[in-house]
Amino acid sequence: MLRIENLHVSYGNVEALHGINLEVKEGEIVTLLGANGAGKSTTLNTISGLLKPTKGTIYFKDVEISKLEAHEIVSLGIAQVPEGRRVFSTLTVQENLNLGAFTVLDEKTIQKNLEWIFSLFPRLKERRKQLAGTLSGGEQQMLAIARGLMANPKILLLDEPSLGLAPILVKSIFATIKEINESGVTVLLVEQNARAALKLAHRGYVIEVGNIVLADSSENLLSNPEVRKAYLGG
Amino acid sequence: MELFIQQLTNGLAIGGIYALIALGYTMVYGVMKLINFAHGDLFSIGAYLGLTLLLSLGLVDKIGVLGGILLLMLMVMGLVGIIGIILERVAYRPLRKADRLSAVVSALGASIFFANSLMLIYGAKFRVYPHNILPKMAVDILGMKIPLIRILLLLASFILMTALYLFVQKTKTGTAIRAAAIDQGAAKLMGINVNKIISIVFFIGPALGGAAGIMVGLYYGQINFLMGWLYGLKAFIAAVIGGIGNIPGAMLGGIILGVVESLGAAYVSFAWKDAIAFLVLIIILIVRPTGILGERVAEKV
Repeated sequence: MLRIENLHVSYGNVEALHGINLEVKEGEIVTLLGANGAGKSTTLNTISGLLKPTKGTIYFKDVEISKLEAHEIVSLGIAQVPEGRRVFSTLTVQENLNLGAFTVLDEKTIQKNLEWIFSLFPRLKERRKQLAGTLSGGEQQMLAIARGLMANPKILLLDEPSLGLAPILVKSIFATIKEINESGVTVLLVEQNARAALKLAHRGYVIEVGNIVLADSSENLLSNPEVRKAYLGG
Repeated sequence: MELFIQQLTNGLAIGGIYALIALGYTMVYGVMKLINFAHGDLFSIGAYLGLTLLLSLGLVDKIGVLGGILLLMLMVMGLVGIIGIILERVAYRPLRKADRLSAVVSALGASIFFANSLMLIYGAKFRVYPHNILPKMAVDILGMKIPLIRILLLLASFILMTALYLFVQKTKTGTAIRAAAIDQGAAKLMGINVNKIISIVFFIGPALGGAAGIMVGLYYGQINFLMGWLYGLKAFIAAVIGGIGNIPGAMLGGIILGVVESLGAAYVSFAWKDAIAFLVLIIILIVRPTGILGERVAEKV
């Protein structure tokens, strides 16, 4: 569904991705693991069109998307839930959700998605008139995911959804991601919380300073001694 | 009491004009974090275009005073709005990735370009709006004669501001404008075409400024190619007083500035009019550095 070939991305003169290859098949949850600064967010932002590659291509359903603008990529069905939630804090929860559906023109689809999202996150329904900035961290993460889903995506890119959340909330967010995937949305999950991510995902990639160093099924990665040492605490 | 009411209504009318111009500053600042220093000159262009169209089309004779002025206003708003879009394309878009100072210098350059173009086209002398367009009527309110034009001006700025407020608060595009002002990157991730939003903002702001230009021409009767400088500065102060980037703040700031200035001119001294405006700015910045409404909800990270 999503295929990245030999992707190079630079910030000015500094190259952050040195030619990575990555594939996500329809229906999968794939996780991209790595330390701070390894290039995880850069990868997602390049898929979303916020950054332009210096070399290499990204295909979505065999259509090249690496030259498209960010807003065109969203309307193809690729939604990103950015790192640090980035909800629109001075807008209400409902307005945030409406913005998530900005590219969806069919009112019925929007209503259907809204109902689905409120069943996934009942808390958001209670707080729909509240300003997003007044929500707790966990609620903001729910809102960020819900907002991404309102775009009616075929693939959802999640950037560190567990960041800064209490373990119990992480568990519940990850359970929701599983539920979202089971409803037919493909997921590319970027995480530092490797253990939780690998338990959820079908396959995983490990990225180190701009290179993919490992690609395997989640079970194999979980038992891989190098991965255990570097990312799972031995 | 008579003096007070006269000055108050006068202040409200001028304040409405300041508010309309201030909206252009604040909307552009909100989305682009740029002070469009050429905005005052777009206001002047509105005043001059209004004069030209008024004299050449003779709309007032053809379809009556109210309809004629209304149509004239819409035409000028459209034209100045288009100039605003072109200004952004030519002077600001190429500098989008440059540091902010470059864009500010570009804005100052655009301002000088516009002011001097007006001078070359229309001459450096004051130009006069025909003074017999609007009937010199006065409306009797509680025994006081308030000029009709003052009431019409107030009404016009009120309608324009309400329309803008509803557009920004209630429509999908308006919500997208607010989103782009909060976080452009996140707005792009929602599928919002931020370039288009910037063009819309650069249409609406100058269109309102252009409307204010005609209003000044009709109210004071004379216009000058440099008037955009002082009006622009005052409106910028109004935007800062209200909290720059905040739309209701610009409206409030404009009205406050107009009223304070007008009352100050009457009760203190006319010569101190501008000094009083700047004094208000200084006091507000000391007491509330973010402006009256310029405070955002704390963000949780």
